[in-house]
Amino acid sequence: MVVAIIVAFVGALTAPWLHRWLGHAAGWVLALLPLGLAFYFASLLPEVVGGQTLRHSLAWVPSLGVNFSFYLDGLSLLFALLITGIGTFIVIYSGGYLKGHPDLGRFYLVILLFMASMLGLVLADNIVTLFVMWELTSLTSYLLIGFHHSEFRSRRAATQALLVTAGGGLALLAGLILLALMGGSLEISELLGQGQLLREHPLYLPALILVLLGAFTKSAQFPFHFWLPNAMEAPTPVSAYLHSATMVKAGVYLLARLQPALGGSEVWSSTLMLFGLATLLTGATLTFRHTDLKRLLAYSTVAALGALVFLIGLVPLTDYYAAMGFATFLLAHSLYKGGLFMAAGAVDHEAGTRDITQLGGLFRVMPLTGVAVVLAGLSLAGLPPVLGFIGKEVLYVAALQAAPAWVVGLAVLGFAVGAMLALLLVVPFFRGQPPQKVHEGPPSLWLGPLVLAGLGLLLGLFPGLYNPLADAVASAVKGKTVAYHLKLWPGFNLALLLSLLTVLLGVGFYFLYPRLQAWMAQEPIPGPENAYVALLRGLMRLAAGVERLLQSGSLRAYLAWIFAGLVGLVGLALFRGGALFWPAGASSPRLEQVLLLALMFLGAIGALRLRSHLAMVVVLGLVGAGVALVFLLQNAPDLSITQFLVETLTAILIALVLLQIRSIGPVPRGRWLDKGLALGLGGVVTLLMLGMLAQPFEPHLSQFFAQKSLPEGFGRNIVNVILVDFRGLDTFGEITVVGLAGLGVWALLKRRRREEQP
Amino acid sequence: MSWLLVLPLLVPLTTGILCLVLPGRTAQRVLGLAGALGLLAAGLALLAQVQRQGIQAVQIGNWPAPFGITFVADHLSALMVLISGVVAVAVALFALAENDQAREGLGYYALGHLLLFGVNGAFLTGDLFNLYVWFEVLLLASFVLMILGGSKAQLAGGVKYFAVSLLSSILFLVAVGLLYGATGALNMADLALRVERVHPGLLTALSMLFLVAFGLKAAVFPFFFWLPASYPAPPAMISALFAGLLTKVGVYALIRVFTLIFTHDTGFTHSLILWVAGFTLLLGALMALAQGELRRLLSFQLVSHIGYMLMGLGILTPLALAGSVFYALNHMIVIAALFLLAGLLQRLQGTTVLVRMGGLYGPYPWLAVLFLLPGLSLAGLPPFSGFWAKYTLVAAGLQAGQYGIVAVALLVGLLTLLSMGLVFAEVFWKKAPEGARAAPGGLGGRVLPVGLLAVLTLAIGLWAEPLLSLSQAAARELLEPAGYIQAVLGVSR
Repeated sequence: MVVAIIVAFVGALTAPWLHRWLGHAAGWVLALLPLGLAFYFASLLPEVVGGQTLRHSLAWVPSLGVNFSFYLDGLSLLFALLITGIGTFIVIYSGGYLKGHPDLGRFYLVILLFMASMLGLVLADNIVTLFVMWELTSLTSYLLIGFHHSEFRSRRAATQALLVTAGGGLALLAGLILLALMGGSLEISELLGQGQLLREHPLYLPALILVLLGAFTKSAQFPFHFWLPNAMEAPTPVSAYLHSATMVKAGVYLLARLQPALGGSEVWSSTLMLFGLATLLTGATLTFRHTDLKRLLAYSTVAALGALVFLIGLVPLTDYYAAMGFATFLLAHSLYKGGLFMAAGAVDHEAGTRDITQLGGLFRVMPLTGVAVVLAGLSLAGLPPVLGFIGKEVLYVAALQAAPAWVVGLAVLGFAVGAMLALLLVVPFFRGQPPQKVHEGPPSLWLGPLVLAGLGLLLGLFPGLYNPLADAVASAVKGKTVAYHLKLWPGFNLALLLSLLTVLLGVGFYFLYPRLQAWMAQEPIPGPENAYVALLRGLMRLAAGVERLLQSGSLRAYLAWIFAGLVGLVGLALFRGGALFWPAGASSPRLEQVLLLALMFLGAIGALRLRSHLAMVVVLGLVGAGVALVFLLQNAPDLSITQFLVETLTAILIALVLLQIRSIGPVPRGRWLDKGLALGLGGVVTLLMLGMLAQPFEPHLSQFFAQKSLPEGFGRNIVNVILVDFRGLDTFGEITVVGLAGLGVWALLKRRRREEQP
Repeated sequence: MSWLLVLPLLVPLTTGILCLVLPGRTAQRVLGLAGALGLLAAGLALLAQVQRQGIQAVQIGNWPAPFGITFVADHLSALMVLISGVVAVAVALFALAENDQAREGLGYYALGHLLLFGVNGAFLTGDLFNLYVWFEVLLLASFVLMILGGSKAQLAGGVKYFAVSLLSSILFLVAVGLLYGATGALNMADLALRVERVHPGLLTALSMLFLVAFGLKAAVFPFFFWLPASYPAPPAMISALFAGLLTKVGVYALIRVFTLIFTHDTGFTHSLILWVAGFTLLLGALMALAQGELRRLLSFQLVSHIGYMLMGLGILTPLALAGSVFYALNHMIVIAALFLLAGLLQRLQGTTVLVRMGGLYGPYPWLAVLFLLPGLSLAGLPPFSGFWAKYTLVAAGLQAGQYGIVAVALLVGLLTLLSMGLVFAEVFWKKAPEGARAAPGGLGGRVLPVGLLAVLTLAIGLWAEPLLSLSQAAARELLEPAGYIQAVLGVSR
C-alpha cells in the first residue's frame, strides 16, 4: 500500500514528460496509472470484505512518532476505488477536453498529484500523514482552480478555495494533535478504540470543534459552502473529479472515519445533523438561482454533501440504517455526479454553452452522452432502478427512525430539488431543436459519463454486487460489524411513500423553476460569502492602517519605541522583583564629588532645555568631562585620559557634522515624550547600577589576572596583558571592526569620486 | 586544541583577508566561492564531531576558563554554523552569476566573508563580552555591505540600520557591564553558575536589557522597524545573506542566554517572550499583507516568522525548543531562497513592484516551482521543511496548554499563505501588464543557488528526521545546561 502511494506520486511527476513525448495520446497512456492502482485496490477487495483490515507502516519521523502509515478497511477501500476508478476516466477525459491546450502537461501533473494525495488522505493512519495529504489536496486544488490563470475570476476563486480549505486545515491540525494528546497515539486506528476516553476528556469539545471546522470547510458545509460553486471556474474535469466526486468528500470521509471515536455524544449528532441539514437546504435553495449547468451541479453537490454529513450524525442514533445509507448514497452520488459533470463538460465543449435555457434537442446529436445523462439523472432524482434510489431509500428509513418529523420533511424538500434538477438536465436532450453543427464528442468525452452512469444502473439492478463492500463500509463507520441486505424493492413502506412524494414535489418544482429562477436571480442574496469578502477587505484595511501607524519611516519614532520598550520592561522587572537598592554603608560624599555631580547634572539638564544642537553637544560634553574627572578622583588616570580624548574628539566631530548640515533648525519646544523617555532611561539605568553595586562583587577574575599577569603573561601592566593576551581575541575582533570601518569609508569615498567624474 | 572549533572562523577570516590582498577580480571570485564551500565543509566536520563526542570546548590562548575566552560548540552552535555555510554557498553562487563588477571592486567578497567571520564567532563563543565583539564585527561588515556601491535608498536604509544597531550594541555593552558587576563573570558557563547569588529581581531586570539588545538584532516587536526600512534596499546577493543570517544571530543569542543564564523566573521572562513572539508574529504578518513590493513584503514576513522562533523559547519544553531551533534553521534556507528569487524576478522584469509584474507562469514554469517551494514552506505547508517546523511548535504548544500562542501561530500561517498566494497570483498567474519589460537575456547561473535552496527545503520536508533529531538533541542540551558547563569549566554544578 505504501508502495502504491509512492508509485502514484512518482507516476504523477512523469506526466509532463510523457505528455511532451506522446502528445495527444498521453491521456490514454497516463490513465493506466489510476487504472493500475484501481486494479490493485480491487484485488484487495476479498480480504477487506472478509472483515480484515490491512496496515502498512514506514517510519517517517520517528523522533516525533510520525509514521508514513496506511490503513485499509471498507471505508478507505471504497474511497480508494472511487479515486482511482473515476480518476482513470477523468484523465482520459482531460485529454479530450483540453486537447491542444499549452498547459496540458502541467495539468496532468497536478491532477495526478492530486489523485496521489487524495489516495494518501483516505488511506492514512497517522494523523500527520493524513494532514500532509489533506493540505496537498488543498494545494493541488488551488492550482487546478486557477488553471485559467489569466482570468481574474479564476485567480480569485482559487485563492478563496485555498484560504477556506487551508484555513480549516489549520484548525484540523490543532484538533488532530489534541486528539492524539488525549488518546496517546498518532495512529487513527489506535484512537478509534478509545472513544469512551476521548468523549469524556475535558478537551473533547474544543478538539471536536476544531476537527469539525476542518471537515466542514473541506466538504463545503454551511456556512463555508460558498467556495465550492465559485470553484467551478476550474476546467470541467477538475469540477467532476475534485469538486464533486473526491476532494470535497474528504471532510465527509474524515467525519465517517472518526465517527466511532468521536460519535456517540449528544453534541456530535446534533451538530452534524443541524449543519448537514442546513447545507442540504442551502444547496437546494440556491439551485433555483442558476441556469449554468456547472453551477447547478455545484449546488446539488453542496446539498448532497449536507445529506452525507446529516447521515453521519444519524449513525449513532440508528442501528445500522444510517451507516448503510451513508455507504450507498456516497457511492451513488460519486457515480452520478462525476458522470453528470463530465457530460455537462462534453455538452459545453461541443455546443459552446452551458446555459440550460439555450440547450435543446441534444439527444439526436449526442446520443451516448444522452444515455449517460438519463441514467445519471435517474440516480439523482432517486428513481428506480438505479443505485441512487436505493441510497435515498435507506437514508429515509434512517431519518424516520431517529430524526424528528420536521427534519425528515425538510430533507424531503431538499431531495425534491434534486429530482427537479434531474428533470432540468434531462429535458434539454429531448425537447427543442438541436443546435447547428453539434455532434457527439470523441470517445474520451463520452466514455467516462457512460461507464459511471452505467455502473449506477448495474449496481441498482444487482445491489448484491455492492452489498459486501457496503457492509464493510458501514461497519467501519458504525464501529461494529454491520450486515444488511440491500434490495432494489424494499416493499411498500413509509420511505417509499416519501420517495414518491419527493418525485412529485420535484416535478412541481420543475414547473415553478422558470419563474422562481427569474425572481431569485435578480437580487444578490447576502450570505456567508459577504462575510468572507468583508473579512478579507477589513483585513487588508487593518494591515494598511497598522503599517501606517507603526512603520512610519521616522527614525525618531523607531528609537522612541525602543526606549519606551526598554524603560517599560526594565522598570516592570525592577518593581515587580522588588530590586530597588540603596548601597549600604555608603560614606557621605566629599565636597569635590558633590561639585562634580552638580556640574554633570547641569550638563544633563542643559541638554534637555537647550534648543540649539551645537549647544547641546557642548553641554553634554560637561557630562563626559565629569565622568573623566570621577575616574581621576578614583585613581584611574589612564581611564580618565582615554575618556577625555574620546569625549573631545566626539564633540568636535559632531560639531563639524552639524556645521555641514545647514538645513537643520533648532530643536522644537515641548517634545515631552522624548524628554520623559530620556529621564526614564536614565532612571532605570541608575536603578540597575545601584542594584548591581549592592551585589557582593566576586573578584575571581581580577585576582587571577593580577596573579598571572607577570609570571605567565610577561607584562606588568595588567590591562595591557588582558587586552593582548588573556582576552586577545576581543582585541583582534575590534581590530577587524576598525578595519571594516576603514573599508566602509573607502567604499563611500570611492563612490563619491566616481559620481564626481562621470 | 580542537581545530575544528576555530575552523569556521579561520576559513572566512583567511578568505576575507586574501580577497582584500589579492587584486584580481577572478581571484576574488574563485576565493569567494571556495571560502564558502570551505565553511560548509568546516560546519559539517564540526557537527560530526559534536555528534560523535558531545559538546566541544576550546580555551583560546590556553588560559583556563573562566579566565580566558572559551569557544564552545554544542548542537545548537554547530547547526547554526552549518546552515550559515549552506546560505553562504548559495549566496556566493548567486554573486558569481550576478557578476556585479562595481560591488566586487569595492570588496564585496572580502566584506561578505568578514561578515561570516562575525556570524560564526557569535555562534561559537562561550563568552558574553566576546559575543559583543562579534556583534560589532558583523554590524560593521553588514553596514558597509548595505551601503556598498550605494544608491540613495541604500544609504537612507543604511543609516537607520546603523543607528538602531549601534543602540543595540550600547545596550548590550551596558548589560554585560552590569552583569559583570553583579557576578564578576563573563564566561557564560561561569555566569550560569554565579547568577544564583544575585538578587532575583535585579537579575530579571538585567535580563530585560539583554532581551531588548538581542531583540533589536533579532527584529522582534516593538524593535523590528529598522529591518523593513533597510533590507529591501541592497541587491539580492546582499539582502539574502542578511535575511538568512543576521536576525538569526539575535535569535541564537536570545536562546542561549534565556536557557543558560536567565532561567530563574521563567514565569515572568518566558511568558514575556511569548507575548513578544505573539505580537511579532501577528504584526509582521499583517503588515506584510499591506505591501506592494516584493522585497519589502518578504522583509515583513521575515520579521513575522522570528516570532515562531521565540515561541518555542517561550514555551520552554524540549519539543518546543527543538521546534524553535528547527524553525530557525529552516527559515535561514527558506528566506534566503526567497530573497534570491526576488533578485531573479528583478532581473527578469526590471522591478519587484507587484502590480508591474506578471505573466511568468507561461514562459517560466520552473520559476513558479522555485517560488512555490520556499513560499509554501514559509507558510508552513507540507511537504516542505516549514511544515515540520510549524507542526513541532504547534504540537509543543498544545502539549504545554499554551492555546493562545498556538492560535496565533496557526492564524499567522494562514496569513502567510494568503500573502504568498497573492504574490503567486500577481507575479505568475496575472498577465503581464501593459508596458512591462520583456526579459532581457537569460537568468544564467542565478537559478542554480535558488534551485539548491528550494530543493533543500523540499528534501528536509520529505526526510525531516535527521535535522529534527539534531534539533531535539540541541534542545536537550539547552535544557540541561550541566553538560555545557561541564564542557567549558570542567566542573559540574
